[in-house]
Amino acid sequence: MSTEPHYTLYHPRWYRRRVSVWWWLQNRSYTAFVLRELTSVFVAFFAVVYLWQLRALAQGPEAYAQFLARLKTPRFLALDTVAFLFVLFHAITWFNLTPKAMVVRLRGKRVPDWVIVGLNYAAWLVLSGGVAFVLLRDR
Amino acid sequence: MPSTVALTVTRYRPEEESEPTFQTYEVPFRKDWVILDALNHVKDNLDGSLSFRWSCRMGVCGSCGMKVNGTPKLTCATFLSDYLPGPIRVEPLDYFPVVRDLVVDLTDFMRNLKQVKPWIIRNEEKPLSEGEYLQTPDQVDTYKQFSMCINCMLCYSACPIYGLEPSFIGPAAIALAQRYNMDSRDQGAAERLKILSEHDGIWQCTFVGECTKVCPKHVDPAGAIQQYKLTAATHWVKALLLPGGTR
Repeated sequence: MSTEPHYTLYHPRWYRRRVSVWWWLQNRSYTAFVLRELTSVFVAFFAVVYLWQLRALAQGPEAYAQFLARLKTPRFLALDTVAFLFVLFHAITWFNLTPKAMVVRLRGKRVPDWVIVGLNYAAWLVLSGGVAFVLLRDR
Repeated sequence: MPSTVALTVTRYRPEEESEPTFQTYEVPFRKDWVILDALNHVKDNLDGSLSFRWSCRMGVCGSCGMKVNGTPKLTCATFLSDYLPGPIRVEPLDYFPVVRDLVVDLTDFMRNLKQVKPWIIRNEEKPLSEGEYLQTPDQVDTYKQFSMCINCMLCYSACPIYGLEPSFIGPAAIALAQRYNMDSRDQGAAERLKILSEHDGIWQCTFVGECTKVCPKHVDPAGAIQQYKLTAATHWVKALLLPGGTR
């Protein structure tokens, strides 16, 4: 942390410490928070890949085959793995935080946090299962 | 079990030095001593010039908040035995100007707190003859958690956003606003919305979540802020879509 003093107006002798740009390395939860914020970049990355895929699909079978070939290059696979891990981190950390924002009351009593989190995970599983079913049923 | 433990304390004497330094005191180790007991031992027996704030010694007044080994704590509820073998580092709370040694200035919080109108607002008070405003246990339950705040400022000291953006009205002030918003006797939610949904209100919060972790009273300010974000966003959508606004 920087020790350069930043004095308070009218109280020149009060000492105010400036926040260092490295504040997020000071403790583990700050670092986890900044990583969680960073995951948005990788969520955007998947959205861009998806748009790229749609464009290739619109351009015909040849362009689509080329797109698929590019996805299978080692460099892209490595990038994909990193992005997937970040998106997983994104999903799990945000799911775990939902009960903080969502307070559901049934007959005047607050629904316990684990139920809210559980419902999120259940919805995730059902949707993923549905997508997997659609993709794999013709195989 | 050691007979003494080292206490490294921030010293800042504005008439003598331009920035804080550390001073180490060797204090007796006792199983039942909290950090505040050790500080009082220093003040009474070793160095009367050490300045710090305290009052109740039982986690009610919220005066003795300091950073212990880097984490904001109520020093009256933090035992020496949890930090063995030491040394134990005691510093003033972060992000507030240091007046002297471990004493910080809380003017900024006092201003923020007043801004959110933490009192029951009624459009019209009913006459005394109609009796008191009654509440069911369930109605009390909706805001009780937020009413436990003792203004100890640990949440501000844990909030990097408050450090980076001093104009942020901060976790405790918002939790206390929410305490009144959710009170069935209160009718001031619209008045508070103006200040809470401004740039320096809830939207500064990026949900680091540390305020909730350090809160000695389990108030959950992070939860209060996120819940209010949902309320404010719903209000905004309604104002946009419904012809009559949110009246």
